Amino acid sequence: MAKKKFVVGCFDDEAVLFPAVKKVRSAGYKIHDVYTPFAVHGLDHAMGLRETSLHTAGFIYGITGTSTALGCISWILAKDWPLNFGGKPHFALPAWIPITFELTVLFAAVGMVLTFCYLCQIAPFVKKHHFHARATDDLFVMVIECTEKTNVDDLKSFLSNNGAIETDVQIAEAGWWLGRYDQDELPFENKQTVAA
Amino acid sequence: MASIREQFEIPGKMKTWSLALIGVGLVALVIGLVTKGFSTDEHEQAHFWGTLMYNTIFWTLVCNASMFFICVTTLAMGGWQQSFRRIPEAISTMVPIFGSITFVVLIYVVVTDKHFIYHWLDTEAVAKDPILLGKSGFLNPKFFIIWTTLAIGLWSILGWRMRQISREADEAPMDNESGAKFILRNTVRAAFFTVWFALTVGSTIPWLWMMSIDAHWYSTMYSWYTFASSFVSGMSLIALWVIYMKNKGYLELTTQDHLHDIGKFMFAFSIFWTYLWFSQYMLIWYANIPEETVYFKHRVQGPYKGIFFLNLIINFICPLLILMKRSAKRNYTLVTFMAVLILFGHWLDFYQMVMGSLSKETVTLGWLDFGILSLFVGLMILFVGRSLASKPLIVKYHPFLKESIIHQV
Repeated sequence: MAKKKFVVGCFDDEAVLFPAVKKVRSAGYKIHDVYTPFAVHGLDHAMGLRETSLHTAGFIYGITGTSTALGCISWILAKDWPLNFGGKPHFALPAWIPITFELTVLFAAVGMVLTFCYLCQIAPFVKKHHFHARATDDLFVMVIECTEKTNVDDLKSFLSNNGAIETDVQIAEAGWWLGRYDQDELPFENKQTVAA
Repeated sequence: MASIREQFEIPGKMKTWSLALIGVGLVALVIGLVTKGFSTDEHEQAHFWGTLMYNTIFWTLVCNASMFFICVTTLAMGGWQQSFRRIPEAISTMVPIFGSITFVVLIYVVVTDKHFIYHWLDTEAVAKDPILLGKSGFLNPKFFIIWTTLAIGLWSILGWRMRQISREADEAPMDNESGAKFILRNTVRAAFFTVWFALTVGSTIPWLWMMSIDAHWYSTMYSWYTFASSFVSGMSLIALWVIYMKNKGYLELTTQDHLHDIGKFMFAFSIFWTYLWFSQYMLIWYANIPEETVYFKHRVQGPYKGIFFLNLIINFICPLLILMKRSAKRNYTLVTFMAVLILFGHWLDFYQMVMGSLSKETVTLGWLDFGILSLFVGLMILFVGRSLASKPLIVKYHPFLKESIIHQV
């Protein structure tokens, strides 16, 4: 993936963040992402993110599990190797329901976790750029993607006027990449300070 | 809050409809009573009293589920239900009314010794029967009458106390201290109701009222199964009233987000009901012991086959597939449709639970069932409407009301 130029604005209050997000969007800037220390209700809506498709994926994984279980068990126990269990019919559907249920849950759960990791771009040994270390602690970090036409200084003062306590320009990798932390800059060694 | 309409006025149409339904129901009741209820034929009597029993038990438990909903959300410190809590409160005022009908019907059946409904009333048969003899400490008229009285009486009283305290939130604003006290008192009263609910609906009452029709058969799952049935129907009933009130322009503070959460309850408890349905069925199917399979024999392989599996389709497959999507739970039309379907499905479930045991050879579903159903629906609409009109629709000064207003899913 390509490196891109970003303008980073840090906010210390949700109540300031929401109007700022709205103003940045209506001014026509493209928000790359907003990093928050905790899940903020309604922020996805304010940022104009579309509904996640994670649940659709989950449904598909689920029915895959259901059909795998039913197909597998019925082929084994009714066709390939029929055995007599306590005089029950070979196609003993009620006895298979618990296993079918378990496999449905297993497929859906594992599939959704992996899909979630893919969508959020997190995985072992995979690195992603941290725009601000305090985004995991007490700062709301709004990252705006720059184009050739973006005037960085204008944007920085625009953010400051809308309540950002700190602004910053970074050239960074936008997506995730395979790498090790010791070959890159450690996030907490970024000398980022906040003007109190 | 100037634009909020606090006072519900009963529309003329609603009154006409409910009275018409009651009228139809009363005609069916009287005809049934004359031709069947006082008939000398035991089958006819069982048909009439059984039909009355499952309808009245169903509606009592469904309306009681509303109070259970309030108490459980109170105990969980829930705030989201406050914007429409007067709806379940109004529905729960039906408990004393339907409860007394249930009481009269059940006590009549026991006192007049209708042993073709409750086999354990037959003292001669019990004396010769080791299984029934072992159960006779629980299944005897004295215990039945005392426990039924206590159950219905305490549901009514504890529910009434819950509604009384809710009225205090209409009177004056509360500061932090009095608000905290108010919530604590709410919690204590809700706890009393919930414990009593667990001892009755969650365990003994379905065994006593319905399972004992098959006097020899037993299933520990039965009460939970009945509870799940009545709770999911109760949530559907709440959903229907909330949507009705929204359509009439009331409940301005209740939004799609609240409906979404009610829809989640309907979805989740449909699945919970299926879990219990299956757990009960599968264990008995697998063990294949005659004294247990006797319950399922005529339901799975006999005349009730159609209803038994239709029941599973209406109450499991439909909610699972239709209510799964987020957009479905936020769609007023779809939730209305599903709520009616679920209520009908569980009414049918109660039908086969009671009548499946009383009339094993023939399915009795017919004019009497739908007539009695219309009597109960009419009574429910009439009295819930009145109860809604008698109080403000908003718990204006409830400490958690704001939480409900900003509720977002």
